[in-house]
Amino acid sequence: MSEVTLLFFAGLREAVGTSRESLELPAAISTVGALRAHLSTRGGIWAEHFAPTRNLRAAVNQDMAGADAPVRAGDEIAFFPPVTGG
Amino acid sequence: MPVRVQSEDFDLTREVAALRAAQGTRAAKIGAIATFTGTVRDLNEVDGKSTNVSQMTLEHYPGMTERALEKIVADAKSRWDIFDALVIHRIGALMPLDQIVLVATVGAHRGEAFAACEFIMDYLKTEAPFWKKEATLDGARWVDARSSDDSAVARWGAGGGEPASEQKSAPENAGTETTSVDAPKSAPTKGAGA
Repeated sequence: MSEVTLLFFAGLREAVGTSRESLELPAAISTVGALRAHLSTRGGIWAEHFAPTRNLRAAVNQDMAGADAPVRAGDEIAFFPPVTGG
Repeated sequence: MPVRVQSEDFDLTREVAALRAAQGTRAAKIGAIATFTGTVRDLNEVDGKSTNVSQMTLEHYPGMTERALEKIVADAKSRWDIFDALVIHRIGALMPLDQIVLVATVGAHRGEAFAACEFIMDYLKTEAPFWKKEATLDGARWVDARSSDDSAVARWGAGGGEPASEQKSAPENAGTETTSVDAPKSAPTKGAGA
Protein backbone atom coordinates (compact mmCIF):
# COMPACT_ATOMS: atom_id res chain seq x y z
CA MET A 1 0.00 0.00 0.00
CA SER A 2 1.29 3.45 -0.80
CA GLU A 3 -1.56 5.53 0.41
CA VAL A 4 -1.26 9.18 1.42
CA THR A 5 -3.78 11.50 3.02
CA LEU A 6 -4.51 14.74 1.22
CA LEU A 7 -5.91 17.74 3.08
CA PHE A 8 -7.29 20.94 1.59
CA PHE A 9 -7.98 24.19 3.38
CA ALA A 10 -9.80 27.47 3.00
CA GLY A 11 -10.68 28.57 -0.54
CA LEU A 12 -9.05 25.51 -2.04
CA ARG A 13 -11.13 23.23 0.19
CA GLU A 14 -14.30 24.96 -0.98
CA ALA A 15 -13.25 24.82 -4.62
CA VAL A 16 -12.48 21.10 -4.70
CA GLY A 17 -15.46 20.33 -2.48
CA THR A 18 -13.66 18.23 0.11
CA SER A 19 -11.32 18.72 3.03
CA ARG A 20 -9.68 15.29 2.93
CA GLU A 21 -9.12 12.31 0.69
CA SER A 22 -7.01 9.18 0.63
CA LEU A 23 -4.94 8.75 -2.46
CA GLU A 24 -3.04 5.74 -3.75
CA LEU A 25 0.26 7.41 -4.57
CA PRO A 26 1.32 6.62 -8.14
CA ALA A 27 4.79 5.08 -8.17
CA ALA A 28 6.21 7.89 -10.29
CA ILE A 29 5.33 10.56 -7.74
CA SER A 30 7.96 11.27 -5.12
CA THR A 31 7.74 15.02 -4.50
CA VAL A 32 5.16 17.63 -3.54
CA GLY A 33 5.60 19.30 -6.92
CA ALA A 34 4.94 16.07 -8.80
CA LEU A 35 1.88 15.41 -6.66
CA ARG A 36 0.56 18.88 -7.35
CA ALA A 37 1.05 18.36 -11.09
CA HIS A 38 -0.71 15.01 -10.80
CA LEU A 39 -3.72 16.58 -9.10
CA SER A 40 -3.95 19.22 -11.81
CA THR A 41 -4.40 16.45 -14.41
CA ARG A 42 -7.79 15.66 -12.90
CA GLY A 43 -9.06 18.56 -14.99
CA GLY A 44 -11.85 21.00 -14.28
CA ILE A 45 -11.60 22.76 -10.95
CA TRP A 46 -8.47 20.74 -10.14
CA ALA A 47 -6.68 21.90 -13.27
CA GLU A 48 -7.63 25.46 -12.43
CA HIS A 49 -6.64 25.45 -8.77
CA PHE A 50 -3.50 23.32 -9.02
CA ALA A 51 -2.20 25.11 -12.11
CA PRO A 52 1.48 26.11 -11.80
CA THR A 53 0.48 29.78 -11.96
CA ARG A 54 -1.60 29.45 -8.81
CA ASN A 55 -0.04 30.66 -5.58
CA LEU A 56 -0.45 27.50 -3.55
CA ARG A 57 1.41 26.31 -0.48
CA ALA A 58 1.89 22.82 0.84
CA ALA A 59 2.78 21.01 4.03
CA VAL A 60 4.02 17.46 4.53
CA ASN A 61 3.23 15.92 7.91
CA GLN A 62 2.35 19.38 9.21
CA ASP A 63 5.56 21.13 8.20
CA MET A 64 5.66 23.68 5.40
CA ALA A 65 7.08 22.00 2.30
CA GLY A 66 8.44 23.22 -1.00
CA ALA A 67 7.91 21.61 -4.39
CA ASP A 68 11.05 19.49 -3.96
CA ALA A 69 9.96 18.04 -0.63
CA PRO A 70 9.66 14.25 -0.73
CA VAL A 71 6.32 12.50 -0.29
CA ARG A 72 6.09 8.92 0.92
CA ALA A 73 3.45 6.37 1.76
CA GLY A 74 1.63 7.28 4.93
CA ASP A 75 2.32 11.02 4.65
CA GLU A 76 -0.26 13.67 5.39
CA ILE A 77 0.04 16.22 2.59
CA ALA A 78 -1.87 19.47 2.78
CA PHE A 79 -2.44 22.06 0.07
CA PHE A 80 -3.73 25.53 0.84
CA PRO A 81 -3.63 29.16 -0.26
CA PRO A 82 -1.11 31.57 1.29
CA VAL A 83 -2.02 32.09 4.92
CA THR A 84 -3.88 35.17 6.15
CA GLY A 85 -4.02 34.97 9.92
CA GLY A 86 -3.14 37.58 12.50
CA MET B 1 6.15 28.84 25.62
CA PRO B 2 2.38 28.65 25.68
CA VAL B 3 0.60 28.69 22.34
CA ARG B 4 -3.17 28.55 22.18
CA VAL B 5 -5.66 28.39 19.35
CA GLN B 6 -9.15 28.97 20.66
CA SER B 7 -12.56 30.35 19.79
CA GLU B 8 -12.95 32.10 23.15
CA ASP B 9 -11.93 35.68 23.71
CA PHE B 10 -8.90 36.47 25.87
CA ASP B 11 -8.17 38.96 28.62
CA LEU B 12 -4.88 40.80 28.12
CA THR B 13 -4.39 41.62 31.78
CA ARG B 14 -5.07 38.09 32.92
CA GLU B 15 -2.85 36.54 30.23
CA VAL B 16 0.08 38.80 31.03
CA ALA B 17 -0.29 38.10 34.73
CA ALA B 18 -0.28 34.36 34.04
CA LEU B 19 2.77 34.64 31.78
CA ARG B 20 4.65 36.56 34.46
CA ALA B 21 3.63 34.11 37.17
CA ALA B 22 4.74 31.19 34.99
CA GLN B 23 8.30 32.48 35.11
CA GLY B 24 8.54 31.46 38.76
CA THR B 25 11.54 32.85 40.57
CA ARG B 26 12.68 34.51 37.35
CA ALA B 27 9.58 36.73 37.37
CA ALA B 28 11.49 39.27 39.42
CA LYS B 29 14.09 39.50 36.65
CA ILE B 30 11.50 40.63 34.10
CA GLY B 31 12.04 44.24 33.17
CA ALA B 32 10.01 44.38 29.98
CA ILE B 33 6.70 42.99 28.81
CA ALA B 34 5.79 43.66 25.18
CA THR B 35 2.32 42.80 23.94
CA PHE B 36 0.59 43.05 20.58
CA THR B 37 -3.16 42.66 20.24
CA GLY B 38 -4.71 42.35 16.80
CA THR B 39 -8.36 43.29 16.39
CA VAL B 40 -10.91 42.81 13.62
CA ARG B 41 -11.55 45.91 11.52
CA ASP B 42 -14.85 46.70 9.86
CA LEU B 43 -13.25 47.22 6.48
CA ASN B 44 -10.70 45.63 4.21
CA GLU B 45 -8.73 47.45 1.54
CA VAL B 46 -8.16 45.58 -1.70
CA ASP B 47 -6.42 47.42 -4.51
CA GLY B 48 -7.12 50.72 -2.80
CA LYS B 49 -10.82 49.99 -2.54
CA SER B 50 -12.42 49.65 0.87
CA THR B 51 -15.13 47.13 1.56
CA ASN B 52 -17.22 46.91 4.70
CA VAL B 53 -16.78 43.69 6.60
CA SER B 54 -19.66 42.52 8.76
CA GLN B 55 -18.15 39.27 9.98
CA MET B 56 -15.02 37.17 9.67
CA THR B 57 -14.42 33.45 9.95
CA LEU B 58 -11.02 32.06 10.85
CA GLU B 59 -10.06 28.60 9.61
CA HIS B 60 -6.93 26.77 10.75
CA TYR B 61 -5.12 23.47 10.35
CA PRO B 62 -5.51 21.69 13.69
CA GLY B 63 -2.18 20.31 14.79
CA MET B 64 -0.03 22.10 12.24
CA THR B 65 -1.14 25.55 13.37
CA GLU B 66 -0.03 24.88 16.93
CA ARG B 67 3.24 23.37 15.70
CA ALA B 68 3.92 26.34 13.46
CA LEU B 69 3.28 28.81 16.28
CA GLU B 70 5.52 26.83 18.63
CA LYS B 71 8.29 26.85 16.05
CA ILE B 72 7.97 30.63 15.58
CA VAL B 73 8.15 31.17 19.34
CA ALA B 74 11.17 28.87 19.57
CA ASP B 75 12.86 30.82 16.76
CA ALA B 76 12.16 34.09 18.56
CA LYS B 77 13.60 32.73 21.77
CA SER B 78 16.76 31.60 20.01
CA ARG B 79 17.23 34.98 18.34
CA TRP B 80 16.49 37.25 21.27
CA ASP B 81 17.21 37.08 24.92
CA ILE B 82 13.65 36.84 26.15
CA PHE B 83 12.44 34.63 28.96
CA ASP B 84 9.20 33.50 27.41
CA ALA B 85 6.44 34.29 24.95
CA LEU B 86 2.73 33.71 24.67
CA VAL B 87 0.67 33.47 21.49
CA ILE B 88 -3.12 33.22 21.46
CA HIS B 89 -4.96 33.15 18.15
CA ARG B 90 -8.71 32.94 17.87
CA ILE B 91 -10.61 30.85 15.33
CA GLY B 92 -14.22 30.62 14.21
CA ALA B 93 -16.61 33.50 13.76
CA LEU B 94 -15.39 36.97 14.73
CA MET B 95 -17.00 40.37 14.47
CA PRO B 96 -15.47 43.81 13.94
CA LEU B 97 -14.00 45.11 17.23
CA ASP B 98 -13.25 41.55 18.38
CA GLN B 99 -9.76 40.67 19.50
CA ILE B 100 -8.20 38.13 17.17
CA VAL B 101 -4.57 37.62 18.21
CA LEU B 102 -2.34 38.24 21.20
CA VAL B 103 1.44 38.05 21.29
CA ALA B 104 3.24 38.76 24.55
CA THR B 105 6.95 38.54 25.30
CA VAL B 106 8.74 38.92 28.61
CA GLY B 107 12.41 39.56 29.15
CA ALA B 108 14.91 41.66 31.01
CA HIS B 109 14.99 44.53 28.52
CA ARG B 110 12.55 46.24 26.19
CA GLY B 111 14.66 46.05 23.03
CA GLU B 112 14.59 42.30 22.95
CA ALA B 113 10.96 42.09 24.09
CA PHE B 114 9.77 44.52 21.39
CA ALA B 115 11.79 42.86 18.64
CA ALA B 116 10.74 39.33 19.57
CA CYS B 117 7.09 40.36 19.73
CA GLU B 118 7.23 41.93 16.28
CA PHE B 119 9.18 39.00 14.85
CA ILE B 120 6.58 36.53 16.13
CA MET B 121 3.74 38.58 14.66
CA ASP B 122 5.47 38.95 11.28
CA TYR B 123 6.12 35.22 11.01
CA LEU B 124 2.66 34.33 12.27
CA LYS B 125 1.19 36.35 9.38
CA THR B 126 3.12 34.37 6.75
CA GLU B 127 3.89 30.95 8.28
CA ALA B 128 1.04 29.97 10.59
CA PRO B 129 -1.83 28.23 8.80
CA PHE B 130 -4.80 30.49 9.40
CA TRP B 131 -7.17 31.73 6.73
CA LYS B 132 -9.67 34.56 6.97
CA LYS B 133 -12.99 34.58 5.21
CA GLU B 134 -14.84 37.88 5.25
CA ALA B 135 -18.55 38.42 5.00
CA THR B 136 -19.32 41.62 3.11
CA LEU B 137 -22.38 43.13 1.46
CA ASP B 138 -21.12 41.59 -1.80
CA GLY B 139 -20.99 38.14 -0.22
CA ALA B 140 -18.31 36.08 1.45
CA ARG B 141 -14.75 35.97 0.18
CA TRP B 142 -11.41 34.57 1.26
CA VAL B 143 -8.90 37.24 2.13
CA ASP B 144 -5.88 37.38 -0.20
CA ALA B 145 -2.41 37.27 1.29
CA ARG B 146 -0.69 40.65 1.26
CA SER B 147 2.73 41.14 -0.27
CA SER B 148 3.44 43.66 2.51
CA ASP B 149 3.35 40.75 4.95
CA ASP B 150 6.02 38.97 2.93
CA SER B 151 8.21 42.07 2.99
CA ALA B 152 7.66 42.37 6.74
CA VAL B 153 9.09 38.90 7.20
CA ALA B 154 11.88 39.37 4.67
CA ARG B 155 13.38 42.25 6.65
CA TRP B 156 14.29 39.87 9.47
CA GLY B 157 16.60 37.98 7.12
CA ALA B 158 16.88 34.24 6.76
CA GLY B 159 19.38 33.72 9.53
CA GLY B 160 19.91 37.10 11.15
CA GLY B 161 18.39 38.26 14.35
CA GLU B 162 17.64 41.88 13.52
CA PRO B 163 16.01 43.80 10.72
CA ALA B 164 18.77 44.84 8.37
CA SER B 165 17.68 48.48 8.49
CA GLU B 166 17.79 48.65 12.24
CA GLN B 167 20.82 48.72 14.45
CA LYS B 168 20.07 48.13 18.07
CA SER B 169 22.40 49.15 20.85
CA ALA B 170 23.21 46.84 23.69
CA PRO B 171 20.46 46.48 26.28
CA GLU B 172 20.02 49.66 28.27
CA ASN B 173 18.77 50.12 31.74
CA ALA B 174 17.01 53.37 31.04
CA GLY B 175 13.36 54.14 30.72
CA THR B 176 10.70 52.22 32.54
CA GLU B 177 12.58 48.97 32.64
CA THR B 178 13.48 47.52 35.95
CA THR B 179 17.20 47.39 36.33
CA SER B 180 18.27 43.80 36.45
CA VAL B 181 20.67 42.57 39.07
CA ASP B 182 22.16 40.31 36.41
CA ALA B 183 25.11 41.48 34.41
CA PRO B 184 23.82 42.80 31.09
CA LYS B 185 24.28 40.48 28.15
CA SER B 186 27.14 41.47 25.94
CA ALA B 187 25.17 41.25 22.72
CA PRO B 188 21.57 42.08 21.93
CA THR B 189 21.00 38.89 20.00
CA LYS B 190 21.61 35.23 20.43
CA GLY B 191 22.39 33.06 17.48
CA ALA B 192 22.50 35.90 14.99
CA GLY B 193 23.74 34.70 11.64
CA ALA B 194 23.06 31.10 12.52
